[in-house]
Amino acid sequence: MIDPTVVNLSRLQFALTALYHFQFVPLTLGLSFILAAMETVYVITGKQIYKDMTLFWGKLFGINFAIGVATGLTMEFEFGTNWSMYSHFVGDVFGTPLAIEGLMAFFMESTFVGLMFFGWDRLSKPAHLAVTYIVALASNLSALWILIANGFMQDPAGARFDPTTMRMQFKSFSALVFSPDAQAKFVHTSIAGYVSGAMFVMGISAYYLLRKQHREFAARSFRIAALFGLISTLAVVTLGDALGRMDDLLQPTKLAAMEGLWHSAKGPAAPWKLFALPDDAKQRDAFSIGIPYVLTPLVAHEWNTTIPGIYALERAAKAKTVSGIKAIIALKSFGASHDPAALAAFRKHENDMGYGFLAQRYAPDQNLSAITPALLPAVLAKTARASIPNVFVEFWSFRIMVGLGVAFIVVFAFGAYYSLKNELEKHPLVMKAAMLAIPLPILACEFGWVTAENGRQPWTVYGWLPTFQSASSHGIGYMIFSLVGFVLLYSLFIAAELYLMFKYARLGPGEHAVQPKPLPVPARPVFGQPGYANKPWQ
Amino acid sequence: MELYIALKIIWALLLGVLLSGLAIMVGMDMGVGTLLRFVGKTDAERRTSLAIIGPHWDGNQVWFILGGGAIFAAFPTLYATSFSTFYVVMILLLFAMILRPVAFEYRSKVDARHWRASWDWAFLVSGALPMIIFGAAFGNVLQGVGFHFSWDGQYYQDESFIWYLLNPFALLCGVMSLALAVYQGGAMLMIRGMGDLAARARRFAVAGGLLALVLFVIGGVWIEFIKGFVFTQSVDPGMPATPLGGPAVAMRAGAWLDNFHAHPLLWLLPALGACGMLGGSLALLARKPVLGWWLGALAWIGTIATVGGAMFPFLMPSSTTPAQSLTVWNASGSAYNLGWMLGFAVVFVPIIVSYTGWAFRVMKGKVNPATVVADDHSY
Repeated sequence: MIDPTVVNLSRLQFALTALYHFQFVPLTLGLSFILAAMETVYVITGKQIYKDMTLFWGKLFGINFAIGVATGLTMEFEFGTNWSMYSHFVGDVFGTPLAIEGLMAFFMESTFVGLMFFGWDRLSKPAHLAVTYIVALASNLSALWILIANGFMQDPAGARFDPTTMRMQFKSFSALVFSPDAQAKFVHTSIAGYVSGAMFVMGISAYYLLRKQHREFAARSFRIAALFGLISTLAVVTLGDALGRMDDLLQPTKLAAMEGLWHSAKGPAAPWKLFALPDDAKQRDAFSIGIPYVLTPLVAHEWNTTIPGIYALERAAKAKTVSGIKAIIALKSFGASHDPAALAAFRKHENDMGYGFLAQRYAPDQNLSAITPALLPAVLAKTARASIPNVFVEFWSFRIMVGLGVAFIVVFAFGAYYSLKNELEKHPLVMKAAMLAIPLPILACEFGWVTAENGRQPWTVYGWLPTFQSASSHGIGYMIFSLVGFVLLYSLFIAAELYLMFKYARLGPGEHAVQPKPLPVPARPVFGQPGYANKPWQ
Repeated sequence: MELYIALKIIWALLLGVLLSGLAIMVGMDMGVGTLLRFVGKTDAERRTSLAIIGPHWDGNQVWFILGGGAIFAAFPTLYATSFSTFYVVMILLLFAMILRPVAFEYRSKVDARHWRASWDWAFLVSGALPMIIFGAAFGNVLQGVGFHFSWDGQYYQDESFIWYLLNPFALLCGVMSLALAVYQGGAMLMIRGMGDLAARARRFAVAGGLLALVLFVIGGVWIEFIKGFVFTQSVDPGMPATPLGGPAVAMRAGAWLDNFHAHPLLWLLPALGACGMLGGSLALLARKPVLGWWLGALAWIGTIATVGGAMFPFLMPSSTTPAQSLTVWNASGSAYNLGWMLGFAVVFVPIIVSYTGWAFRVMKGKVNPATVVADDHSY
């Protein structure tokens, strides 16, 4: 018997730790390229100010990077510690991109980041620049493999379920890697990181400009960031649109929830809901305002097509569940007997097996064989209802993300325009907006994550493995232990991180937070080694 | 089928390589973290100790991440089962592993005594605890772990976690692992440190190496009395990867030495480990830290290979349902997956080793406390 409380606590823990980790990732992705750009200008022009810029933003990058790496470890562990059934079920294909990420990207990023911070005096200018670029490329490559893994959860391409080993087995490397969902999401997510990095640099530069500190430094940083940010935001919106179309084809339940579509949208006149209060319990909107002639072209990029609504999707889910229950009963019987007849019965209903798993939760004692004909309609209704993600959460997290994205275009556009005209100081409002907007792209990224992963529910592997089935068979005590630990540790980290970020951002470039103190006289001569005094840097 | 068996064996060996890389490189950093408060009497000495591994700890830590990822992909059922059955210790290990990077980055950024002292404690805990857990995990696996599987591949735990935390043989392995880490970290502090710092590091490292040797020998004798696992039915190494419906397995005291009796050449592995510990300690006594560092690496490889040689083909035996023990044959990924991953490993492991070597070369040389303290960017 699966304990729903343990599953919910596991979900809570994963969501908290993933959202927490994801606060730091976008800045790493974005700042690394901004650093590379600044250092490129330094190497080409030789102007010290660009080195100061690279060093200063690099220090803030470092504070963010450490905690990003640290909290990323949690994710790699949690699949095994909390999602044992999931790991067993998909490890053969899902583990692979994670392992390749380590081999190809994470190693490179982490090894070279040490040289980036500590190698200034030991590497030539071009060599150090190359190191900075490698860090930027590697951190983006890292995101690629992670999102390929995530893409598999959204659209399990490249694998097939094997009834003997009771898991998805890897069948096609190219289908996994070139999954359209993974590719579009990679570009969308990494560029969202560039937006976050750009807003961070632009906002802090605006702070200096408003206080008339480090003006030369801040004006240059502001301009690089505003241009980089404007281009990135436009790209993010384009890719987000591509992702929306992908969901139309691959994850109809996600799309229906995102748009709050209770009824199917037929033809061009279907309204796009600008504002609505979806009520999941009653399955209707408590209130909504729609704009006709927007939804269909926006989502499908054509006029005459039908976008299935939640009622229709639930009807389809019922049919799949009937077939899926047969699949799971046959699979269990095959596992016990290795009877070819059971295998043949399973093969007939194989593609719906996920819905059989989904129905397990609503069967008496979570046993599908115990469903009597009298109980079946109730099980089907509950399973169908469970196959739809929470509409309110999906609808609003999507709209908040999109709304913020549009707001960023405005802020970056004004910032870039006045920065290029050298009129920034006449428009303090633009600078104040930039400053206040610093955390917003990260917030947008978080809502993007919620849109993607809440919309994937109730599945961990869309259509194949329900979240309910995926968790480890822990007791509640284990979950409380780890949750309390995470909350304590992560609260401590965020407090320390914010304290240091504010402290170093306020200090500005070229100032020392920690005043070097003269060394106490060493008991034994430190410079006693031959040749040491001549080369104090060694 | 033949190819599948070969791939399973290769990945079992690669698992050993990864665990060794992890133990040597992460162990070194953990050792420095553990020793920080003892070798560094002044703040300058502590900052110097951190600066010695400062440019490398992040890259080293990836051995750990890669180890997790590779087990996930190459032995999915092992990953799913071991991480969950060892939940409490795994979460503690994880807490330690995420505390450490933050400690590195944040410790020296504020010049306040309590701030730095707190992070120094964080280094001690996040260095010593993971190494004890790492060793104890081997100790637990050697004794078998209580778990079984249901028809759909879900594991169920049959033993309390208290046993994994507190059982004498596992603790011995844990302390030995910590001793080797202290040795390796001490050797690194000797290579790049100077003066009192290096002298203190030498004392701790030699003590660590010799303690590890003593515990290694005791463990070797002890294993004769611990129940090992053996197949009592013939095994098809090319079997599909499922722990259900496999051949029968029995538990018998001393069974872990069967492989050594059958293939006496395997005795070279523990000999290698012991030579590494003894020779390394002597090298450090003779003030040859670079040689000592490499002999320490050899000690790790010998130790891990000894455990692997004793257990093969078992990976994580079940003490409550021995027939569902996880082995190289029944816990691996599919042939297609193992093949692709091998391709990536063949291309990228040499690249990783070469740029790691390059990074160490770029940063090589003694670390001068004066420049560390004067440098605002330094740890």
